[in-house]
Amino acid sequence: MSYTEKDIRDLKRIAATLRGNLIEMIPPGKVGHLGGSSSIMDITAALYFKHMKVFDDPKNPLRDRCVFSKGHAVLAQYAAFVELGYVSHEDLHKVKTLDGTLQGHPDMDHTPGIEAVTGSLGQGLSVALGMALGLRLDGSASRVFAILGDGELAEGQIWEAAMAAAAFNADNLVAIIDQNGVQATDTVEKVLPNPRQVEKWTAFGWNAIEIDGHDMAQILEALDAAKACKGKPTAIIANTVKGKGFTFAEGKAAYHNAAMNAEEYAQAQACVEKMKEEA
Amino acid sequence: MSNMNMRKAYGETLLELGRENSKIVALEADLGKSTMSNMFGGAFPERYFQMGIAEADMISTAAGLALTGHIAFASTFAVFASGRPYDQIRSSVAIPRLNVKICGSSAGLSDFGDGKTHQSVDDIAIMRVLPNMKVFSPADYFETKKIVKAMAAIDGPCYIRVNRNDVPVVTAEDAPFEFGKLRRMRDGRDVVIFATGYMVYQSLEAAKLLEAEGISVKVVNVATIKPFDSEGARAEAKGMKAAVTVEEASVIGGLGSAVCEALCAGDADSRIRTLIMGIQDCFGTSAQKYDELLVEYHLTPADIAAKVREAIQ
Repeated sequence: MSYTEKDIRDLKRIAATLRGNLIEMIPPGKVGHLGGSSSIMDITAALYFKHMKVFDDPKNPLRDRCVFSKGHAVLAQYAAFVELGYVSHEDLHKVKTLDGTLQGHPDMDHTPGIEAVTGSLGQGLSVALGMALGLRLDGSASRVFAILGDGELAEGQIWEAAMAAAAFNADNLVAIIDQNGVQATDTVEKVLPNPRQVEKWTAFGWNAIEIDGHDMAQILEALDAAKACKGKPTAIIANTVKGKGFTFAEGKAAYHNAAMNAEEYAQAQACVEKMKEEA
Repeated sequence: MSNMNMRKAYGETLLELGRENSKIVALEADLGKSTMSNMFGGAFPERYFQMGIAEADMISTAAGLALTGHIAFASTFAVFASGRPYDQIRSSVAIPRLNVKICGSSAGLSDFGDGKTHQSVDDIAIMRVLPNMKVFSPADYFETKKIVKAMAAIDGPCYIRVNRNDVPVVTAEDAPFEFGKLRRMRDGRDVVIFATGYMVYQSLEAAKLLEAEGISVKVVNVATIKPFDSEGARAEAKGMKAAVTVEEASVIGGLGSAVCEALCAGDADSRIRTLIMGIQDCFGTSAQKYDELLVEYHLTPADIAAKVREAIQ
């Protein structure tokens, strides 16, 4: 599928709106996963507002499924769910509170639109594989997307699932690796180096595509290529920037899960306004 | 009493369930010949997922299958079905209360030759502590069949542990399995034994030994370890001089703990002296025969009889 300039511009605007929703959830003094949620935000926008089959009813059986295996970035999903009408702005303000519907990590029982329970890292690709196999058994055309962190790839279970998905020719499964290069305490390279992802996923029997995870056209084209690929699952290795869009936080492990002060928050709001203007 | 195999009961029942319900799927971790889930695989290859030696992936994949409306049976040896993928069971399955049914095969000491790495002393305790998990430990072939059927009908996660070896049949083929209820196997006036799994048979044999000495023992089969029938346990304890619990698992956190938690919470009549028999906070070991291990770990009828005597001294 080819995309017009307007398609791309609209999605960029949506991504800017989602980043605005994101910081609504982490006002000054409130701790939240800013870095990993903003690095996956452009892909989240492309999935929910262009590529995936999405319905007003989040339980519609014809929907595509998206599982955030890197569950700490669920704020990106919540940001999208507001625009889809699954949750409200008021819900965003109550994230991680006793009377809120938005948990600190994805919980299908609390939040419409969440497909599983994830957050204990390493499990979401397997869960997504099970969904893909189940949908295929039922003759469903629905597809499943698993969002993985690059730090998360240290979990051995990811590679168990990678072998299994290839063994089962799960071509209705797409893994998207948010390769922002930074994890909770330091860079991935310093914590536990895990280079050459394209070669690794290819060796595991997947169709592997490397993209700039903030280039909307590249994101959409990779998702289309994944859909067109038959007989094997696709891994999209998306090179991203942790904290993307929030200049003071970009590339910094310190903003993996942190609170902004009032000054930073004002900067973050200004960043969102600028993104909206530029889109 | 004839000897029959619980693993065979599991495989046969899974196959029956597969015929009755197209939503039943099964997953294996390269032990399908041993767990006998391969009976299902032979009949329904498209619904049988050989996940390789990757138990963590197997459990989370089962969760994904359940999320698309399937009833997923995942089986492997009890150690690899409980402790190894514990967090996958916890996070992917138990928190969202999914229809994943886990079979811990060759449980307890029953995998006698393979030794401590393969013998599950801890599976009851770690499955029991999980919120939303139901835990079953059948006494024999027929009870295994009924419980596996019940698991398919129950909404939510279940764990069943089955013995590897041919063991005596102690339940009637036509007796219904009552979920969450204790079943009195033998009446008695002096001491109540709460037993589970193969230890029900061992306890019945112990009761016979004690009867000759004039000690009257009641034997209660606990096939549903969680949710535990606390009211039932207190009722069975009333009027008894003491209770003994017997399980082929650690004395910590298993059936004995469940019984004590129930009896402690009761009134004075049910707060009787309770001795816990099981594996004494240690791991297993290899042996040439299953019976040798039961002697080594003091789980024979003679051991149980001795514990009953101790309880009423």
